[in-house]
Formats: sequence, C-alpha cells, structure tokens
Amino acid sequence: MPHLPFIVAAYTVTLGGLGALLMLSWRRMKRAERALDGEP
Amino acid sequence: MAAPDFHALANPLRFQRLAVALTPWLLALGLGFLAVGLGIGLFVAPPDYLQGETVRILYVHVPSAWFAMGGYLGMMLASLAAMIWKHPLASLSVRAIAPVGATFAAICLVTGSIWGRPTWGTWWVWDGRLTSMLVLFLLYLGVIALIHLHDDKARGLKMAGVLAVVGSINLPIIKFSVEWWNTLHQPASIRLSGSSIHPDMLTPLMFSAVGFLLLFAALVFMRMRALIAEQRLEVRSLRRVARAG
Repeated sequence: MPHLPFIVAAYTVTLGGLGALLMLSWRRMKRAERALDGEP
Repeated sequence: MAAPDFHALANPLRFQRLAVALTPWLLALGLGFLAVGLGIGLFVAPPDYLQGETVRILYVHVPSAWFAMGGYLGMMLASLAAMIWKHPLASLSVRAIAPVGATFAAICLVTGSIWGRPTWGTWWVWDGRLTSMLVLFLLYLGVIALIHLHDDKARGLKMAGVLAVVGSINLPIIKFSVEWWNTLHQPASIRLSGSSIHPDMLTPLMFSAVGFLLLFAALVFMRMRALIAEQRLEVRSLRRVARAG
C-alpha cells in the first residue's frame, strides 16, 4: 500500500482545518473590533 | 519581586489590552514552531522501522489529541469559575474554547482514521481510545449546541457549563483507555517518567506540539476579543434604544 496519499491527506486535513479556523476567527475579531471603533 | 496581579486581568478591558498585545506573537510563534516541526517531521525525521513513512502522521495527530483534551480541561475549569464566581471572562472563555477544541478533536479523529487504514487495515474500530475520543468531540458539539441553540442565552450557557464539567469524566477515560481495555491503539509513548520515542522523532513532535499549543491560545484569544467587542456593541445599542425610548 503506498503511504504518500495517506500522509498528504492527513496533513491537508490538519492544515486546512487549522487554516480555516484561523481565518474565520481573525475575520470575526477584526469585524467586531472595527465596528466597535467605528461607532460613536 | 512583586507577584503578578492576576485579578487585574479579570477586568475584560484589561484582558482585551493584553490579548491585543499577545495575539500577533502567539500567531507568529505558533506558525513558526508548527512550520519547523512539520518540516523536520516530513523531510528530516527517519521513517519508523515497522510503520514506515506513515509514522509522519504522528506530528499532526498527537498534538491535536493533546490539545483537544487540554482544551476540554481548560473549558471545564472556566465553566467551574463561571459557576462559582460568575465571572464574565470565564463564560467568554467557555464560548471561545469550545469551537477550537472541537476542531482539534475533529483533526485528531480524521488524521487517526487516515493513519489507521495503512497501519491497522481499517479506518475505524470501536475500541476504548477511539470511542472515548469520539465522545470528546460529541461533548464539544453538545456544549456548542447548548450555547447557541437555547432560547434563553444565559440558561443555555449555564447548561453548557454543566455539560463541560460533567463531561470531563471522559478525560481520564481517554487517557487510561489503552491500559484498561484491549485496544488496537498503542499505549502512551511519552510519560512523566520518560519517552520511548527516538530523539530524532521526539524533536519535531515537540516543535509541532508547541506550535499547536500557541495556535490554540491565539485562536482562543482571537475569539475572546471578538466576543468582548460584540458584547460591548450590544450594550451600546441597548443603551441607545433605552435613551431613544
């Protein structure tokens, strides 16, 4: 059984999941803080 | 030397200032440690004498498992603090940790399943370690569901806290499952007494683990900052409505 596809799949899931969560959290934080700063 | 004043950090605005200063550092260092750990793990560390190249999944699977469990412990402690001292930051921590811990648990389950196929010849088996890890993921989902789906927000948060505390009984079950039951999953390789992993593999694992830990902290800080800002916006809009009325 070739090992490479399993390694690629595991790293894709990990980096994809972490990357998506980081991006969503960053965007939500920036949106909320920008709205707070922009408000009188 | 004066002791640090942790009570000062209990003020959401002070915490916000600290989080603003720390978030970029946690992010940068977390990504740096992760890149080094995974780089060495993928391209420098030797293959395992039994498993061959698939052992490289270790460097993402094990840290995600550690911090899915560590995150749950943190969420349980924050829930207890919210119940006993009714501190707003403790409740915010529970709300911030739950989705991050759920993602780490999902990564652990999926990478473990991918690792299991070439190693054990199966994607899944209902043994103690795998099942208790799945229960951890479901507990995270339960906490998230109670926070978001309950009609009464405060009551939903309280019930989520109770589930977080009660569900922590699963943590020792995960830890000792490989000793209590006959399982396909290997026993712990790293203990307080030492490690049975070769230093060539242990080094990238430790780099990767520090990267995962720092990114977990960065994610929780980012989500807490968002929650604090959203709460302040809500308070402002309520004040405006009250003034207008």
